[in-house]
Amino acid sequence: MATVDIRNVRKSYGPVEAIKGIDIAIRDGEFLVLLGPSGCGKSTLLRMVAGLETITGGEVAIGGRVVNQLDPKDRDIAMVFQNYALYPHMTVFDNMAYGLKIRGLPKAEIRARVDKAAAILELGRFLDRRPSQLSGGQRQRVAMGRAIVREPAAFLFDEPLSNLDAKLRTQMRVEIKRLQDRLRITSLYVTHDQVEAMTLADRILVMNHGVAEQIGTPLEVYQRPASLFVAGFIGSPPMNVLDGRIDDRGEAVDLAGGIRLALPQPRLSDAGRAVKLGVRPEHLATADSGFAIEVELVEALGADTVVYGRLAGGESLLVRVAGLPTCRNGDRLTVAPPPDALHLFDAVTGRRLEG
Amino acid sequence: MTPSSSRSRLIDLVPHIVLIVGVLVFVYPIYVTLIGSTWDSGTIGRGGLPLWPSGEGPANYAQAWAGEAGDRAMYTPVRTMMLNSLVMALSIALGKIAISILSAYAVAFFRFPLRMAFFWLIFITLMLPVEVRIIPTYKVVADLGLIDTYAGLTIPLIASATATLLFRQFFLTIPDELLEAAKIDGAGPVRFFIDVVLPLSRTNIAALFVILFIYGWNQYLWPLLVTSSRDMETIVTGITKMIGTGESANDWHIIMATTVLAMLPPVAVVLLMQRWFVKGLVDSEK
Ligand SMILES: Nc1ncnc2c1ncn2[C@@H]1O[C@H](COP(=O)(O)OP(=O)(O)OP(=O)(O)O)[C@@H](O)[C@H]1O
Ligand SMILES: [Mg+2]
Repeated sequence: MATVDIRNVRKSYGPVEAIKGIDIAIRDGEFLVLLGPSGCGKSTLLRMVAGLETITGGEVAIGGRVVNQLDPKDRDIAMVFQNYALYPHMTVFDNMAYGLKIRGLPKAEIRARVDKAAAILELGRFLDRRPSQLSGGQRQRVAMGRAIVREPAAFLFDEPLSNLDAKLRTQMRVEIKRLQDRLRITSLYVTHDQVEAMTLADRILVMNHGVAEQIGTPLEVYQRPASLFVAGFIGSPPMNVLDGRIDDRGEAVDLAGGIRLALPQPRLSDAGRAVKLGVRPEHLATADSGFAIEVELVEALGADTVVYGRLAGGESLLVRVAGLPTCRNGDRLTVAPPPDALHLFDAVTGRRLEG
Repeated sequence: MTPSSSRSRLIDLVPHIVLIVGVLVFVYPIYVTLIGSTWDSGTIGRGGLPLWPSGEGPANYAQAWAGEAGDRAMYTPVRTMMLNSLVMALSIALGKIAISILSAYAVAFFRFPLRMAFFWLIFITLMLPVEVRIIPTYKVVADLGLIDTYAGLTIPLIASATATLLFRQFFLTIPDELLEAAKIDGAGPVRFFIDVVLPLSRTNIAALFVILFIYGWNQYLWPLLVTSSRDMETIVTGITKMIGTGESANDWHIIMATTVLAMLPPVAVVLLMQRWFVKGLVDSEK
């Protein structure tokens, strides 16, 4: 077990800068999820920690020891790959035991460790099979077993569940969570699935174009997104974003169509400022005054309903309400958020206006 | 019977007829050789070889296997030639596989300066078969004093990279993650090669072994040039030397027996390796 410190780490491929300086101190036993859209550099960052990619700038320290110059095998990490990367010609047992054999552990110890991991992952029956004789979920578990038996300082996962179907993914997600509660090994977990991120993470690092947009617990990231990017990336359906202006007294936001929403506290310093107003669909509820929308589409998801509405000015507005649909296409509704559910972002930089 | 069904029967029949004719064309000479090896040289020499076997077989094979002389000339015994051919074919097959797999491993898995230049250099050797570079090669081998040695016989034939391309293409299908997983498990390049790459390549190796063994066994021009002593004669060159220039009559019964014996090792290799292929296909690994 160990901490993992990433200090101002950069990566360039020729003139292209894929990682533009990322800082994070991962605590011992913490589960950190790297979340971001495709191509934002999640894998690159993870692979620099693993030692599979050279580090262009900055420092990576595992357990307080700078590992920039160390080979992957000397970094005391284990990695789980998206396509499992099991050795096709070896049995499940040999796949898990290979790293231990190379490290020269005694046979009995290897046996004990593999048996223990197999018991945790319910792989006992499959130890003599080849990977090609296993289902996707079972292969995934073998890949995890190979990581567990090493008893490393840190686990690295690169989208380990994205090759599984939806049901199995949910199941494996729960298993990983349980495993983490049990083993408490420092983990870095790459995904672009926000549900995985929200459910597994102690903290989430939201990445965009090689920079960390926000680092925080899942609830912090959900409740106080640091930027428009994070606001749009986390939450489903995504947050509504509308153009607005804080009035001259700093007490309310004026939106197109004469809509005016009072702020929870006055923001004198921001009076007159152009802003983007964010409102989560699940925070909108029918009210006497607020957004008047015409219903364009109703999606009944069973547990809740998503209403696609249009404002008089033409902007679309999503509303998510619990339960079964109570309106139909063409209906007119008025919805409003509670004042403390408003998110304000700078119209130019997209950064959150704090306070 | 309707016209259409008789036509479809004809369509079924045609490929069979073609195949049967093809088989006969290929099998007949071999059959004649087999039969010939059981008759005395007089019968064969008169040109009236019957299509059924006779009783001279055991004597003919014994004479061919160990005898130094036929009725009309001196020959190298088949057991000597067979050994030479076996050494040559095995060295060429194993040597080529070893060299190719190693160079393909380097080209496919490592980044080093001029990597592609080296690859093309290897590739170009494919365009220069032995016959094209035979004179300079002979000069080199002669200067090194390797005439009439196994080294002289085999090394120049090994040193071309027929199989490098094939192995490289196969290695490119091995996912990068496998190499990375092995790196994290602590396997260096040598261990990865031995523990992962070789086992994954074994059906490829078996297939190439068959092809290259037969290639080596059938070598003709180079052994003819580089060996002169009887002790170093290979079976393919030996057979042609047995067949005289027309002025002298030939010991056809020995020639036929020798030919049959010369066919056996390649056939054996194909049969043995075939079991490997099937094994590789049955527990196919993705
Ligand atoms: N070997 C390389 N050479 C040049 N550019 C690269 C290389 N590897 C990655 N990149 C670039 O670096 C950026 C980050 O890539 P990375 O693989 O880390 O993305 P990712 O966030 O893992 O995406 P995904 O979710 O699709 O896996 C991408 O823009 C990619 O094009
Ligand atoms: Mg990736």
